[in-house]
Order: sequence, then structure tokens, then C-alpha cells
Amino acid sequence: MMEIKILNKTGSFAENKDAARDIRLKIMPVLKKENVILDFNGVEGATQSFIHALISDIIRVYGPDILDKIYFKNCNEMIKKIISIVADYMQES
Amino acid sequence: MKVYLPNSAFLGNIDPFLKKMNLSNTNMLEITANPKWISIHPVVLCMVAALSLKAAPSKITCEKLEAKSKHYLQRMGLFKLLKVKEDKKLVEHESAGKFIPLTRIRSSQELTRFVTDIIPLLHLDINQSNSIKYVVDELVRNVLEHSESKQGAIVAAQYYKKSNRISIGVVDIGVGIKKTINNVYPTKTHLEAIQLALTPGVTGTTSRIGGTEQNAGAGLFFIKSMAEVNKQFFMIYSGNAMYKLLKSNRSNVLHGDPFEDNHSKGEDYPLWDGTVVGVDISLDQTHEFSILLDLIRDIYIKTIKERKKEKHKTPRFI
Repeated sequence: MMEIKILNKTGSFAENKDAARDIRLKIMPVLKKENVILDFNGVEGATQSFIHALISDIIRVYGPDILDKIYFKNCNEMIKKIISIVADYMQES
Repeated sequence: MKVYLPNSAFLGNIDPFLKKMNLSNTNMLEITANPKWISIHPVVLCMVAALSLKAAPSKITCEKLEAKSKHYLQRMGLFKLLKVKEDKKLVEHESAGKFIPLTRIRSSQELTRFVTDIIPLLHLDINQSNSIKYVVDELVRNVLEHSESKQGAIVAAQYYKKSNRISIGVVDIGVGIKKTINNVYPTKTHLEAIQLALTPGVTGTTSRIGGTEQNAGAGLFFIKSMAEVNKQFFMIYSGNAMYKLLKSNRSNVLHGDPFEDNHSKGEDYPLWDGTVVGVDISLDQTHEFSILLDLIRDIYIKTIKERKKEKHKTPRFI
């Protein structure tokens, strides 16, 4: 199982969409074969734009079931809610 | 161009300041001010700074300011940006660390550095700091991605101890909201474009619900919602139109359509090439960010469902 430490890519406030895109492009091929852990340990906040750039295209391309293969680890309440919002609207769209 | 810095111009009473601007003859900029006292929202300073980027440097004139509060303009970096001689004798009255001076941000890297290094200088707690980072980041990123302005974004912020709020301004002199939105949605007026830009799920990059892999069309809606839940002002001005979210006593009610909010709007403002956003965030209530996200989730999904339904094909019975 691949594990990515978001803090190392973004710092404590995850906002850089280029960094989100780089992570997404890295994990998309991996998700065809194995599960992925996105570890938010040390990340205090994130923008909706960052989370959208991180996961929206994964859900669109692979379908909602892909969420069963991604584990969001050590998320604080704010980050959990933003991830849930993006996951929700991508499944509605 | 001519700008008059009035006695007072905050989001609640910014309308006369906007209407008094003369934005013709972009080669020159003349700044005059109230002689006694100048108390203005950071967004006003951002606008003046942005206009100064349009004018020829040799044709920017700023009358010698007599107002006692002119130290505020100096501290916020206005004279430095205008390249007008600063008054070295001025004493900075407020403690450092509670404002962000006028700053130009022209790239994603500069934005990341700004959010990482500058906003922490406001010395806020983590929740408060995250709210400010959130607002600044999303607004500036909008400018970098959609404004097509080589000048980037001008940003400034100020903490007001008495009301325990932070006022933020983010301004650009790019193509404006209407041109961006019109890439996908044919709008006739600047106000219509603003209405769409504030609607969740609408982006100038695609008509697809859910957006592209990089854009969701949610940034402005989130920030307007933060002001709404905080019972604070939010204003957006582009082209000849201005929309202002007014303070509302209704608690925790969000709308997908900004025109359903308690608001004012107009289409008779001087033509601003670009976009101006001002927002106030109360630091008393930033703990409500979590509640806000729940509300946003509900209204976002509801709005997307409604938009999706609008696209439904109906059977043709003959």
C-alpha cells in the first residue's frame, strides 16, 4: 500500500494546487493496483481548491468506488469536512 | 484617473467612494484625500495601488496629505508602492504584527510563500489563522488563474481590535469576471456574471457540473459564506457592477443564489477593468468554520442537484 505524507508536499497549510496535481498524478496509476494512504499528519488546514485538485479527477475517472481504496489518515475536523464536501459533490455531478 | 480618499470607506459605506472615482485617462493617476482623517478598508488601498500600476509612474500625483491618520497609509506601504516620498517623521501608532501591508503576488510560488510566511505574522491562533489563510489563498489564486493580469493580485489586510475582525482586500486589473465567465456562460451584464461567479459549481473553465480537475467553481461561494455565517460584509466589484453581502441577523442560512442573500447591488459604478473583492472576518466566530462547512455541504449539494435537474432532457410527446 502506498502512503503519501501530505505535509512533506504542502507544508502545514495545504493550498498549492500544483502540489495537489502532482500527488494526484502520482497516485492515480497506483490505485489501479493497490490502496493508497494520504497522511495529513501535521497539516493544520487545507483549501477546498487543494482538495478538489487532489481527488476530484480520481473520482471522476475511476468512479465513486475508488473512495474505498483511498484512506485519509490523521485529518483534523476541518480537513475531513472539506474532503467530504468534495467527495459528495463529485458523486452528485 | 482620479481617486479621493474619504474620511471613511469601509465595506458598509464604500459605495460613495466607488462612485466618486474617475477611471478615465488611465495614463495618469491623481490622488487626493480628506484633510482631517482617513479611515479606509484595506480593499480601498488595494484599489489605489492597482490603479497606480496602470498609470505612467511620472504621472502619478498624490497631494500632500494633512490627515492625522496618514501614518496608516504609510504603514500599509501605499507611498512606497506609489513611489511617492514618505514622511520619515511619521510615528507608527499601532503595534506591528496586526496588519499585512500592500503586497503584490504574481505566481503560485509567491502565494504559497505569502500564506506560509506572512499571515503567521498576524499572531492569530491556528483556527483564526487558517480562516485568513483560506480567504487570502482562494481569492489570490482566483486572480492568478482567471484574471489574465500580468500584474498579479494586490492584497492587504488589517486587524481592528475594537471589533475584533480582520478586513481583507484582494484586487486585480485583469479581464474581469464577465469575460472569464463568458468563456462558458453567455452573460449579458457584469452583474449577471457576478451572480454566476458566486453560485456554487459555476466556473469559467467548464460548464460541466463538478468543474475540471483543477477548478470546482466554489472559491467565491465559500468566502461569501464565511462572511454570511460570521455576519460580516463581503463585496465584489467588476466592470460596472458591485454586489455586496449585507450583515444579516438570520443565523446560518446560506443560499446558492447570491441574490437570495441580504444584499445590495448596482450596475452604475465606474468601469473597473478587473475584479475587486473585500471581505471582513470576525475573529470572535472563526470557531464556526466547522459549522460553516456543514452548511456549505448541504447548500452545495442542493444547488448542484438543481443545476443538474435544469440540464435534464424531457421526453418529447407528440
